[in-house]
Amino acid sequence: MKVRVHVSLKPGVLDPQGRAIHHSLEGLGFSGVNDVRAGRLIELDVDEATSDDALDEMCRKLLANMVIENYRIEKVAA
Amino acid sequence: MTGGFRSAVVTFPGSNCDRDMAVALEQVSGTAPIRVWHGDAELPERLDFIALPGGFSYGDYLRCGAIASRSPIMRAVIEAAGKGVPVLGVCNGFQVLTESGLLPGALLRNAAIRFVCREVVLTVENGQSLFTSGYEQGARIRVPVAHHDGNYFADDETLDRIEGEGRVAFRYAEEVNGSSRAIAGVLNAAGNVLGMMPHPERAIEPAQGSADGRALFESAVKGLVGA
Repeated sequence: MKVRVHVSLKPGVLDPQGRAIHHSLEGLGFSGVNDVRAGRLIELDVDEATSDDALDEMCRKLLANMVIENYRIEKVAA
Repeated sequence: MTGGFRSAVVTFPGSNCDRDMAVALEQVSGTAPIRVWHGDAELPERLDFIALPGGFSYGDYLRCGAIASRSPIMRAVIEAAGKGVPVLGVCNGFQVLTESGLLPGALLRNAAIRFVCREVVLTVENGQSLFTSGYEQGARIRVPVAHHDGNYFADDETLDRIEGEGRVAFRYAEEVNGSSRAIAGVLNAAGNVLGMMPHPERAIEPAQGSADGRALFESAVKGLVGA
């Protein structure tokens, strides 16, 4: 089973990388970009039997830092 | 020379300040620290002090300090910290401590994006802890920093709590990396774990440009040997 874990900074946490990307987009002449937040995409290939709880625990214990980040688990059809 | 000071320096793959830390501990305590590897499951017995050095453990993969904080030796460090053994984490060591949950908050990318590598001025906010009793309260000291992800972040409630409990050990006296409330070093609730971005081990003798970091190690050695 393919699983995508989307990790993003919580609202309110400063994102210097997102800000730099935003600045660079403006420098390239793209207008109308109101905000940029950079996150991380982690793709897992796990056994079909892997439970939702186990996936959740993987995110909480390692893949995301719950102090500053949120995560979203997406199961991808094979 | 105290002779009896038993300290350990943990080396992770990618640590690069472990030797500096070992030299500082040996110079101040008179006894060479025991070197410990990240894959070791156990620490030496009867330790007086554990140091987590700076560097780029595991190439900063995933998040700075994230992988190191889940390594076998950290389970032993967390257990030792719970029993009251003093633990100092500098730079990447601070990131490992926040990632492991021993200290609150997180270290984000510097607000100005740039890697900052220079000497900075700190104020000693708590001059009574195990690590800082050798400083005057409010003293201004010069210590180098060298980091890309030193922007301390915690929510307002956590910041209010640690400030109220005297757990901010050091504050930047100048703008360095965008840290919340200019926090440079944080203690745990019991006061036996300190994490800080600046490098006291790189400021232990005048030839290094500043010897202001020496008192931190002297405080720890004196506090423990005198106890």
